[in-house]
Amino acid sequence: MNVQPQPIRTAAEQALLALLERRLAGPAVDGPLAGRIGELRRAAHAAFAANGLPHRRVEEWKYTDLRGFLREAAPAATALGISDGASAPSAVAFPGARRILFVDGQLSPAGSDLADLEPGLTVVPLAQAMAVGRGTVEKFGTLAPQRYDGVLALNTAFFGDGLVIQIADGAKIERPLHVAHLVTHDHPVATYTRRLVEVGEGAAFTLVESFEGRSGVPYQVNDALELFVGDTGHMDYVRLQDDSETALHLSTVMVDIGRDAKFHAFGLTTGAIASRVSLYGRFSGTHSHAGIRGVTLLKDRQHADVTLLLDHAVAHCESRELFKTVLFDETRGVFQGKIVVRPDAQKTDGRMMSQALLIGETAEMDNKPELEIFADDVQCGHGATAGALDEDLLFYLKARGLPAKEAEALLIQAFVGEALEFVEEEGLREALIARAERWLNARTG
Amino acid sequence: MALLEIKNLHAQIEDNQILRGLDLVVNPGEVHAIMGPNGSGKSTLSYVLAGKPDYEVTAGEALLDGQNLLEMDPDARAAAGLFLAFQYPIEIPGVATMTFLRTAINAQRKARGEAELSTPDFLRLVKEKAGDLGITQDMLRRGVNVGFSGGEKKRNEILQMTLLQPKLCILDETDSGLDIDALKVVSEGVNALRAPDRGMVVITHYQRLLNHIVPDVVHVMNKGRIVRSGGKELALELEASGYAGYSQDAA
Ligand SMILES: Nc1ncnc2c1ncn2[C@@H]1O[C@H](COP(=O)(O)OP(=O)(O)OP(=O)(O)O)[C@@H](O)[C@H]1O
Ligand SMILES: [Mg+2]
Repeated sequence: MNVQPQPIRTAAEQALLALLERRLAGPAVDGPLAGRIGELRRAAHAAFAANGLPHRRVEEWKYTDLRGFLREAAPAATALGISDGASAPSAVAFPGARRILFVDGQLSPAGSDLADLEPGLTVVPLAQAMAVGRGTVEKFGTLAPQRYDGVLALNTAFFGDGLVIQIADGAKIERPLHVAHLVTHDHPVATYTRRLVEVGEGAAFTLVESFEGRSGVPYQVNDALELFVGDTGHMDYVRLQDDSETALHLSTVMVDIGRDAKFHAFGLTTGAIASRVSLYGRFSGTHSHAGIRGVTLLKDRQHADVTLLLDHAVAHCESRELFKTVLFDETRGVFQGKIVVRPDAQKTDGRMMSQALLIGETAEMDNKPELEIFADDVQCGHGATAGALDEDLLFYLKARGLPAKEAEALLIQAFVGEALEFVEEEGLREALIARAERWLNARTG
Repeated sequence: MALLEIKNLHAQIEDNQILRGLDLVVNPGEVHAIMGPNGSGKSTLSYVLAGKPDYEVTAGEALLDGQNLLEMDPDARAAAGLFLAFQYPIEIPGVATMTFLRTAINAQRKARGEAELSTPDFLRLVKEKAGDLGITQDMLRRGVNVGFSGGEKKRNEILQMTLLQPKLCILDETDSGLDIDALKVVSEGVNALRAPDRGMVVITHYQRLLNHIVPDVVHVMNKGRIVRSGGKELALELEASGYAGYSQDAA
């Protein structure tokens, strides 16, 4: 890509560079991967020094100017914040799921259920996995996108704690594994967490992730997740981003999908003053299916950006994307989705749809779906809509006695329900539907 | 006191005057039929009474049980006992019919200060009334009117009316789109609701419906006004001679 010289750095960029230099001089990873990780970190540092924070003149960040949203570089959280006392936030629990808790970016053994893991499921703290340096952890950093991603670069340079999760070939792990992230500090900190997940051949796994934190604190989350779905594997990934209304949430999700595999992702976004999820997906084996869906509910002055790059690198794969955004007040939603179909990816079947409901009079949605097709025998389509609630539908409901707010809530629920119904695991689906309903009732009630 | 009293009602949409001084009184227990040529303003009258926001009332009044309807929100009118069976019921994807029915019943009960219907009571009630109208369990599980045929949508309107037990029922061309058997089923449903304290306004083009739902009064509407009223034989007369005699005198 076209790297532009940037003589002028923002105060946050300067502060981040100083922190990066300190980080590089600090303790390195031990073990066989020391060389590679050190290399990745130095490269990330150099790229950040050259490019800085993504800003609106960078195409992929056009609608989400991080120079504006990240005005102060919070120091990486090292110690634990305040996790007891009346005002302490607590992390969500999903019924039936095994929970592993990260508090302030660090694994909390006390809050995590790591006992009696199902046969075939391995969960190892990242540092420990790196020290051993064999297995899944060797894939660290290999899914990074071709283009410069400033958020991922910061994560790679700063990452601290994390997990390596491996599902053995053929293992079907029925119980969802929930990785909960909670920020408890009462002053601004940044967390840089990272996980690697490998679903073996023919294995099945459901991963749930949640992000929450202390209300009123402008903390910063920078999370990165690398997922590998092996041949004939099946992975469900569900995420809940409910960070505090003052937080900045930045996530990068990277997934590689093998042959005859299934990958389903669903995200519910209700939190953070500003958030961005970048999802990079790649089909590397034929005859696979990806379903990527999300619901974003925003109020007050929240800003949420979902940006997706899906690479159909091989033939005979199918992808479905559906994103629903509900915008109250003065919020702004962004959906950028690009499906790339490579020359060899014949018989690709891809459909992408983004729909937004503009409730607030000054709410705004930026939809940018794109197809880049280099093969000739494919079926691809995309669509995007943004509009108000249908007046005739509202009138029909009111004419049956539903007060305006209730009629609105019912129609919004129906709107987001069309995406939520794709969450496969029933307990999770119901929990997310209930959360969305509570959010809507609190907003419209 | 009259159940519905409309005086000199004038209403317009986007600067088109549609209702031009309409008067109508419906007493408790009465069934009134309104007939009239296409475009004479029958649906407009029903929408204005139900509170559709597109219409602007420029003069006149409409009272339900003495309450000024025109000052109430549509949901308050429904809770006060007004029900409009739409000429064109719309589809609401994603809202299951059952959820919709329960939400509507309970919203009205709540507005009237009554307790919510328990789930078993609600289910029993819906099952019985839906069965009477030939509405299947599968249809109840679907989104409101989604994938319903024209006639099924009309039956669904009558189901809602039956469950909500309104004081004043306005039926806008409920007979159009119904096959002969469905017309009977729907008429029976409507007749079952006839009661000394309930009034009905039945808008129709066809005398056939009025064989099943026998009206007390028949009105002819033209150009936004009631231009003639009479007994049920008026409908027969219209069936024979059409509206030819009405277009000039209202012009
Ligand atoms: N949005 C609108 N803008 C302008 N004129 C309208 C609008 N909606 C309805 N009208 C006009 O109002 C008049 C009355 O319409 P209405 O639907 O009330 O007639 P109707 O008596 O119910 O007719 P039908 O028997 O065909 O159902 C018609 O001339 C129609 O064209
Ligand atoms: Mg009409």
